[in-house]
Formats: sequence, C-alpha cells, structure tokens
Amino acid sequence: MEATLPLLILVLPLLMFLFLGLFGKYLSHKWSGIIGTLGMGVTMVIAYYTAYTYFFSGDFVDAAGNRLQYVVFDQQWLSLWGDLSINLGFLLDPISALMLVVVTTISFMVHLYSNGYMRDHHGVYETGFQRFYAFLSLFSFSMLGLVVATNIFQMYIFWELVGASSYLLIGFYYTKPSAVSASKKAFIVTRFADLGFLIGILVLSYCTETFNFMSMTSSSVGEGLYHVDVTSAEGVKTMIESRAGQMFLGGSIMTWALVLIFMGGMGKSAMMPLHIWLPDAMEGPTPVSALIHAATMVVAGVYLVARLFPLFMVNELAGGAALDIVTVVGALTAAYAAIVACTQVDIKRVLAFSTISQIAFMMVSLGVSRGDVGENLGYMASMFHLFTHAMFKALLFLGAGALIHAVSSNDYTAMHGLRKHMPITHITFLIGCLAIAGIIPFSGFFSKDEILASCFGNSMVAYVWMSLVAGLTAFYMFRLYYLIFWWKEHKVHEGHHAPKDQPWTMTLPLIILGVVAIFCGLVPFSEMVTWNGHPHHAHINWTVASVSLAVSIVAIGIATLMYRKENSLPAKMRSLFPRLWQGAHHRFYFDELYMFITHKIIFNSICKPIAWFDRHIIDGTMDAFAAITNKASYAIRGLQSGNAQSYVWVYLLGALVLGGGTVAIIFLFF
Amino acid sequence: MLDLLNNFQLNSLMFLIPSLFMFCCGVYGFLTRRNMIAMLISLELMLNSVDMNFVVFNRFLCPGEMEGMFFTLFAIAIAAAETAVAIAIIINAYRIAKDIDVKDLTKMKF
Amino acid sequence: MLGGLALCRNIKQIRAVAVAGSLVLIGMSVYLLLEYLALPALTHEHPMHFYDSWVWFESLNIHLAVGVDGVSIAMILLTSIIVFAGSFASWSINQPKAFFLWLILLSTGVYGFFISVDLFTMFMFYEVALIPMYLLIGVWGSGNKNYSAMKLTLMLMGGSAFLMLGLIGIYYNGPVVDGAHTWDITQIVNNGGVEKGWQYFLFPITFVGFGVLGAMFPFHTWSPDGHASAPTAVSMLHAGVLMKLGGYGCFRVAMYLMPEAAQELSWIFLILTGISVVYGAFSACVQTDLKYINAYSSVSHCGLVLFAVLMLNQTAMTGAVMQMLSHGLMTALFFALIGMIYGRTHTRDIREMGGMMKIMPYLAVCYVIAGFASLGLPGLSGFVAEMTIFVGSFQQGMSEFMAGAGSLKLVFTIVACCSIVITAVYILRVVGKLLLGPVQDKHHLELTDATWWERLSTVTLIISVAAIGCFPNFFADLIRETFSGEIFKAVL
Repeated sequence: MEATLPLLILVLPLLMFLFLGLFGKYLSHKWSGIIGTLGMGVTMVIAYYTAYTYFFSGDFVDAAGNRLQYVVFDQQWLSLWGDLSINLGFLLDPISALMLVVVTTISFMVHLYSNGYMRDHHGVYETGFQRFYAFLSLFSFSMLGLVVATNIFQMYIFWELVGASSYLLIGFYYTKPSAVSASKKAFIVTRFADLGFLIGILVLSYCTETFNFMSMTSSSVGEGLYHVDVTSAEGVKTMIESRAGQMFLGGSIMTWALVLIFMGGMGKSAMMPLHIWLPDAMEGPTPVSALIHAATMVVAGVYLVARLFPLFMVNELAGGAALDIVTVVGALTAAYAAIVACTQVDIKRVLAFSTISQIAFMMVSLGVSRGDVGENLGYMASMFHLFTHAMFKALLFLGAGALIHAVSSNDYTAMHGLRKHMPITHITFLIGCLAIAGIIPFSGFFSKDEILASCFGNSMVAYVWMSLVAGLTAFYMFRLYYLIFWWKEHKVHEGHHAPKDQPWTMTLPLIILGVVAIFCGLVPFSEMVTWNGHPHHAHINWTVASVSLAVSIVAIGIATLMYRKENSLPAKMRSLFPRLWQGAHHRFYFDELYMFITHKIIFNSICKPIAWFDRHIIDGTMDAFAAITNKASYAIRGLQSGNAQSYVWVYLLGALVLGGGTVAIIFLFF
Repeated sequence: MLDLLNNFQLNSLMFLIPSLFMFCCGVYGFLTRRNMIAMLISLELMLNSVDMNFVVFNRFLCPGEMEGMFFTLFAIAIAAAETAVAIAIIINAYRIAKDIDVKDLTKMKF
Repeated sequence: MLGGLALCRNIKQIRAVAVAGSLVLIGMSVYLLLEYLALPALTHEHPMHFYDSWVWFESLNIHLAVGVDGVSIAMILLTSIIVFAGSFASWSINQPKAFFLWLILLSTGVYGFFISVDLFTMFMFYEVALIPMYLLIGVWGSGNKNYSAMKLTLMLMGGSAFLMLGLIGIYYNGPVVDGAHTWDITQIVNNGGVEKGWQYFLFPITFVGFGVLGAMFPFHTWSPDGHASAPTAVSMLHAGVLMKLGGYGCFRVAMYLMPEAAQELSWIFLILTGISVVYGAFSACVQTDLKYINAYSSVSHCGLVLFAVLMLNQTAMTGAVMQMLSHGLMTALFFALIGMIYGRTHTRDIREMGGMMKIMPYLAVCYVIAGFASLGLPGLSGFVAEMTIFVGSFQQGMSEFMAGAGSLKLVFTIVACCSIVITAVYILRVVGKLLLGPVQDKHHLELTDATWWERLSTVTLIISVAAIGCFPNFFADLIRETFSGEIFKAVL
C-alpha cells in the first residue's frame, strides 16, 4: 500500500486544526463548521478505504491465513540512546485498522452533530465555534496518531496530545469555573498516571532495548510485514536475557514495567482509583463527551494493554501477575461505577459512570484472556466490545446532548416524559439502552456475551461478578431511560416552547449510530481481530448468553417497576439502604479523599512549607549574610568619622604605645 | 655672668626645646579646639616648629649645606598656599552653614 | 572568523538599529550554523571548529581564544533569537538609548562567553554579562528593585569569586605547554589535563561557581527576586540566556577539564540538583506572583539541566543542552508575556486577575502555548528535551543499578520524572486562575490585546519552540557530537 493515503489520515486533521486555529476567526461560523465536517468526512472515507484494504485485499495475510502487521512508514524523529530512537510511523494491524474506523466514524458524527449542538435555540452560534472545531480536529489528529503508533514512545507522544486536547475541550466554556477546574483535574490526574506510563516505558525499553512494538512482539516476514509471535520476537528474547525476571519489591522487573504502563492506561481509561476526572469531564460540551470521554480517548488505555498484550502474555506465562492486576482493577471498577451510576441525577454523569463500567468490562476481558480459553477469546471480546461500545455509547451521549439542548439542563428531574416530544431521540436512545443492556440482537449482546464467556472460561468468580455488573448495567440504563422519557410529565409553561426534536444535523448522526448500534454486533470479529492475527470462529456460548440475557431482562423488569411511573418504590429502596445510597450518591467519597490528599497534604503540608522554607531559611541565610555584613560595617564605621582631631588622638596614642613599647622591649631584652 | 655670656655657645637644644614647646602647643590646640580657624592656627604652629627644626638641624649638623633652608622656604610657601585654601574653605563653609565649628559641620557625611 | 564578528557590535542608539542589529546577529548565527554543518566531525584533538587565538596578555599567557562546537552554536542561536525578541518586547521602554546599550553589552558578554576557549577571557565575558544586569534591574526594574539588583549581583559575584579561584587553580595545576601554563581549554585537555589530586578540590569549587548562575539549590534565591524586579527584556535574557551560562560552564569547564573528579564527585551535586528539580516545582505551586512562579519553574527546569549534565551520559547530556535551548526559549516567552500582561494590568498577582482569555485572547493563547511547552507537551520543545534527559538518565541509572553500582541515579531519575506532574499542577493553576474563569476586575475589560511588536516578539519565540519540538533530531545531532566519550572524557 502506498504511504500517501494513510499519511493523509493524519495530515488532514492536523491541517484542519492549523487552518481553523489560525484563520478560523476570519471565517464565518457556518463555513468553519462545514469545512471542519468535510475535512473529517474525507478523513473518514480514507480511513475506511485503508481499513477495507487491510482486511479484505488479501495482501496482509500470510500463507497460514494469519493477519500480519504492516508498517506503512516509520520515520526516525529523535534518536536517543544507541539504537533507541523515537520514530513516527504508521502501523496497520487488526486493532489499529479497527480503531481507525471507530475514531473517524465517531469523530465525523460528532463534527456533524456539533453543527447543530453548538448553537442556541435561535440558531445563533456559540462564541468560539471555530475554536471548537479546531480543537476537535486536533483531538482527531492526536487520537489517530495514537492508534497507528509503531512504537510505544509515539504512543506516549500522542497520548499526551490527546490529554491536552481533552483538556482544551473540557475547558471549552472557559468562563465557567466548574469547567476550568474539571479540565484541570482531568489533565493532572491523567498526567499523574502518565508518570507511571513514562517510567514503565523507560523500564520496558531498558529490558527490551527497543521502543518498537514490532521488535518487541513480532518477527519480520517480509517488507514491512510482521507476524505477532512472542516465541521468536527480538524484544522478548532480549528481555529474557536482560535479567528482566530479576525480582524487585515483590515483582519481576518485567511485571513492574507492565503494571506501570497499565497505570497510564488506568489514568486515561478512568479505572479506579484514577477515575475521578471522568465524571467531572462532563463539564465539556456534550459532543466532546461523546467523542472523547465515551468512544475514543478513554478506551486508549484498553488499546494500550491490547497493543502490549503479547508482552502481558509472556509475563503471565513467566508467572507474573500483570494480567491478574488488570483483571482485579477492571472488576472492581466495573462494580463500583455501576453502583454509583444507579444514584446519579445528572444524566451525563450516569453515562460517564456507565462508560467507566463498560471500559472496565474491556479491561477484565483482556485480563482474563488466556491461550486456553477459546484461543484468547478475551482479547477479541475486548476489542469487539470496544467497537460496539463506541457506537452505542456515542449514540447515548449524542442523544443525551439532544435532550440537554432541548431542556437546557443536565438533570433528569427537568426532563421526565419526553417520549412524545422527542420521538427520534426517544427511539435512538432506547436502542442505545437495549444495546448496552445486552439484549439480543442488539450489538452489545454479542460483545458482552464474548466477554462473559471468556470470564466463564477463566474463573467462576469473575464470571458471576461480571454477570451481576451486567445486570446492574441494564438496571441503571433503564432507570435513566424511564426517568427521562416516562415518569411524570412536566407541564409546559406558558411562553416556553415544548422540547422538540433537534435539527437534522443532530438527528441524522443519532439515526445512523442507532442503525449501527443495532447491527454492528453481526460483524465477524473473531475472524478479523485476534491477538496474533490467527482467525478463529467464535460461537455464541448459549449457556452464558441465556443466563446473561435473563439477568438483563430481570434487571430491566425491576427498573420498569420502579421508574416507569411515578411511585414510591425508589424512595423505599433508598431508605432500605441509606448508607449505601448515600455513599454511592457521593461516589463513595473518592473526590473528597483526593481533595484531602491534594489540598491538605500536598498543597498545605508540602508546597507551603517548602515555599516558607525557601523564603525564610534559604533566602533568610543569604539575607543574613548581607545583614551581618551591614551590621558589621555600621559597627565599625564610627572609626572613619572624618573628624581629623580624633584621628590625631588615635595617632598620638598609637605612636606613644608603639614608641613606649619599643623602648620597653629594648630595655627589657637588651 | 659675662663669662657666661662669652662662653655662650649656640646650642641646638636652645632652639629645639622652644620648637618642641611650639609643636606641643600646636598639637594641643589642634586636638582641643573646635573652631576651624583656631585649628588652622594650631596647624600653622606645628608647621612652623617643624620648619624651625629643619633650619636648626641644617645649621648644626651639616653647616655647609643649604637643603634644610630651602626645604623650609618651600614649606613656608606651601603652608601659605594651604592656608589660603583652608581659609577659603572655611569661609565657604561659614557661608553655607553659618558656623565653623567642626562638630557641627557633618552635612557631607553619609 | 565569524564567531568573532559577533563581538564587534557598535553601540546602537535607537531601537531600529537595535532590531536591525539583532536581525543581523540571527543571520550571522544561522550562517555560522550552516558553515559549521559543512565541516567534518569534531575529533579529540580538535574539539572546536573555527578555532583562533590572539595573544592578549603576554606575561600571563592570556589569549583571546575562540572556537565553537555544536553546543556553542546552539547557544549562540538561542541568544540571538532571544535578543531579537527581547528588543521587540522592550519597544516602549524609558531611556531606550542607555537601556539598549547595557542590553547589548550584556549580550556581548554572553556571546563572548559561548565562543571563548580561553578560561580567562571566558571569565571576563562572564563578568561582562553580569555587571550590566545590576544597572538594568536597578534602573529600569520595578518593585523592590534596589534590593533585588543588589542581591542578584552579590550572589552571582560570590559565585564568580569561587569561580575565579577555581579557574586560577586550573591554570596553575594544568599542564605546561611551550614552557608556560595555559588558559586554553583545548590545550589543557590535550596535554594531560588538570593534576588529579587538585581536581577533587577544583571541581566542586568550579561547579558551585557556575551552579550559582544555574540556580542550583541552595544558591537559587537570587532568581525569584531578581526576575520579579527585572524589566521584561532583562528577565527574558537573564532566564533565557544568562542562566544557561551556568549550565554551559558546568560541563565546558568543570566536567570537561576535570573528568576524573566529575565521575567521582558528581553524586553530591546530583543530589542537590535532583532536589532543586522537585523543590522548585513544589515552591512554584503556591506562589501568587506570576514572575515568582516562573522563576521557581526556572529553578526546577535549570535544575534538570545540571541534573542531566551530571548523569555523565551522552544522551542525558544532549538532553541537557536541548533543555537549555527549550527552557531558554519558553521562559523568555513566559517573561515576555508576563511583562506584557503586567504592562496592562499593573499587577502580577494571580489572585487579582482572571478571565484574561476574554480580554486579551492573543496573549492568553500564547501563554497557554508557553505553558504547554513548559509542562512538556509533545510537539513543543519541552517534551523532547525532557524525554531525552529521562531516557538517558534512566538508562544510565538502570545500568548502574543492574551492575550493582548503587541506585542513586535511578532513584533521582524517578524523582525528577515526578516533576512533570508537579509542573502540570502549577502551570494549569496559573492558566486556570489567570486566563480562564470569569473576569475578576471590571477595569480589565477595557484593556487591549497585543500590539504588532509584541506579536512579532512572541511569534518568533513560539516558532522557535515549535521548531525544536517538531524537528528535534536536527538539534540533537548538532549537540550530541560534543558529548561522545571520545571527546568528552567524563562520559561513562
């Protein structure tokens, strides 16, 4: 494949960013929206073409039918230590092709949708409309650069860039203090995680003597073509030779490297305990939440683990605990987020916690992926869920955006009973809810079933745990659905418009994503995306599927009972478990804990004393030198009075003493 | 008495002792007086006593030479010039400060 | 001798001449760079290109010896860019004639320092660069300017007292060439270096002497006060270029001439600089004056420069010089912007300002870009420099750790890595308080955005920052050569 088209996928959004960023203010709002959307559309078409070529042209499959990794180009950017250098390149393999499709699709939908969303009811554009599109393009560029990274440092580079563009977009309404602090929080929390990521990269690159994914995990089978193969990969060999197995604080150095890298993933993917930024990030405009904080950026952590999955496997085989840690973190987060989601009032926060929970599903799925369970079924399931989740979660967020735009509030208390006013939104939102609840034949069913099946194959505890969380998912989504579209209707006040469906730029993406969310479960994923490119046929495990279906339906039933019509059941439930409800409502006090750590401990007990120490001790010492010199000179300046008479006195006395002394000495000794 | 007069030899001590007395007066005056004119006079006393010493030593120690005499002449000339300058400064100081007491003339100190 | 031309600057009387002069300097620097690239690689015997030497002071064998390698060229380029931007940033200063005169004297000192090969002339230029600082701050400064100017000058002079002692020590304990001791760096190295026993005494002295200017903990306290009182262009030049003199001197004199002592004693300074990286960052978190924040941030970043130099590792040292470039440019940008904001609002207290993004969007955007560069966003210069340092230090630390040679370097590398988080905290704190949020003071609403000369000044710097950030390999290759083990004996 020529390098031109893939290169364009990266260059187009970057150019859009520079163009809209530098010259946006000379364009009209309308045109900058159109240009941004068109640019993204073209990128999407190219990405589709690239992915299509990769999957279906047959050029990237070896004789045994394995899909190969293909390096389109790989340019040295900064050479570092010996052979270590940071390259910028473009890697095509099943997961990057998948991500290209996901990112460009959602990004295009969001670009289109924002044309409608970023205006008020009278069609007046928001201030900073061009800036918004510029940032969206920047984000798309960074995200695409991240997914096609050929080496871990390129990934880190774009990882930071998506963080920054996320910062810019969350803080889009920069005059709102809550948005400003949310963006700050998002950046700093993920930055903290990136510290782990960075150190992990350093350790890993020390062990494998390369940054390059292909050198780490694959062996070359031709011009630019690589086959994922941990037994013959250079990086793995070097790693084994380089004493990476040496123990350090209870884990091998290899395990430490992978866990630290996973820490980076935890930050971006909002795994507990680094999840606190994601709910706050909902301060950004809703399309941004759909794009960044639901579909693409937050799954970067999953993508990272998937990208390094061969190394995790090697670690697992060597007895390391990295994958188990992934599983445990994922499982805890999934349950935590699902419980919290049941008690939130702000619909975007419900969706945010649902996102956290679903990403945790993907993490668990990677964590339980083993060679002996359906040829690493978990890996495939995770990527599959990533794909379907991106679609239905973007749909849900865009739907939520339409609702928020219509009623100008984020809380479901302001909505209730909107099904008649906004039919398109209603239907598509319902599709999204059904998909996430895992009802057959919606897309979520297929991917979630694969996840549960691989959990089932791995351990019973994981399976039961995750099934219950899946049930909770269905419950809180339908709670949300009923509270928005059913429950009691608000009366339309005089002089106010009734909420209604939004313009076509907003409904069209909803409809498209709705259709996709229904059908994308039918993609034969196991034949396209597997960890080593070896296609296999995954069958629906009907035992698991029927159990999970039953759980979901029961959960939906409970939600229907409680929330379809106004009744006192929810209040009763709440009073049954007051502590639990309070805790969940306050997100189990994680934010308070962090506030305590950052403000009380770091800010007040580290920063302030250091600043004080600097001003008073260190600087005080320096000033003390100066003061002592000053004092001393004041003390002796009386000697230089300028009074000739006193000089003469001193002179005479001195002369007398000297003369007398000399005479005395002469008399005494000679 | 006449004998005493006939035997009278000019002795260097005869000049040196008054000169010393003059010098001590000068030092005393310089140290104790606060009036600048008085200090100047004391200074002149000291200078003159030194001049006298020069002449005396020249006369008694190496009679054939003239250096001491010349040096004295120079010193007198310079002392005159210096006195002129000093008086000028004192007059100016008086114009500015209305006072010529050295204790009070501290304006120029930092 | 092109480098020498940089010295021959006439006294410029008006700003147009000053700007033209700095443009000419940029041109010359670029020409020098191109000329340099055309030449063959440096070798151990000839570690400098364009080497030239004139006798200056026969009896003490002092020469005006000049020569450049990749590092000095990078530094000269940096200086000329900052002088150019600085001239624009001080467009409307009082008494421009005297101001520019001192400014140009200062930059003459800096250029001279970077091209000197002779220790004595190097020291002389160092002093030439320091003294105008006193006047520039004392006369054109703001706030508690007398105190700051005095403090800055005295502390730096204290440093140069150490330095003088060290340099004279090197002179008398260096090799004898043609029957006399020599001040010439290349000759000292090529003729056996400094006597080993003396190195253990001279290395710390020289390092501290330069370290004071490089704002090494605990000799950094001149920096916050000095920067806070200095006028814009002086802050830019001082933080941007003068502090680099410290780092440059540390490796060019202390470590290059005394490799054995450097290898054995570097751990002391490694601890100090490691502390100053984190310490500066933590201190910056609670400051409320914009210039103080930036000054502490400089302490942190310059600490990283010295830290990397002490790693005695080619990659880390390359990173150190890139960090010098990067920090020079971005901190100059910061100070320029702070000066421009201060010129409008007449306050630098972040508690009294807010919502500048709405009032002066251009300056605010520039500030955000500078902030991103400072916290190490890829695509801007901070990232490449920091990553080069971290990779180099970590590899060095890990190899030593694995070889059982102690974990000091490894531990301090990780400590230094932590600074990326703290940096993000204080940068975003400022951005959040100063630029974003609601407008604090209604009077600020009437303020205007940047004028054309301010735009030119900031754009120059931003382009340079982005150029290093996007095409780092060019600069890294230019610099790396100096630190190969063959030329630089201290490198392990």
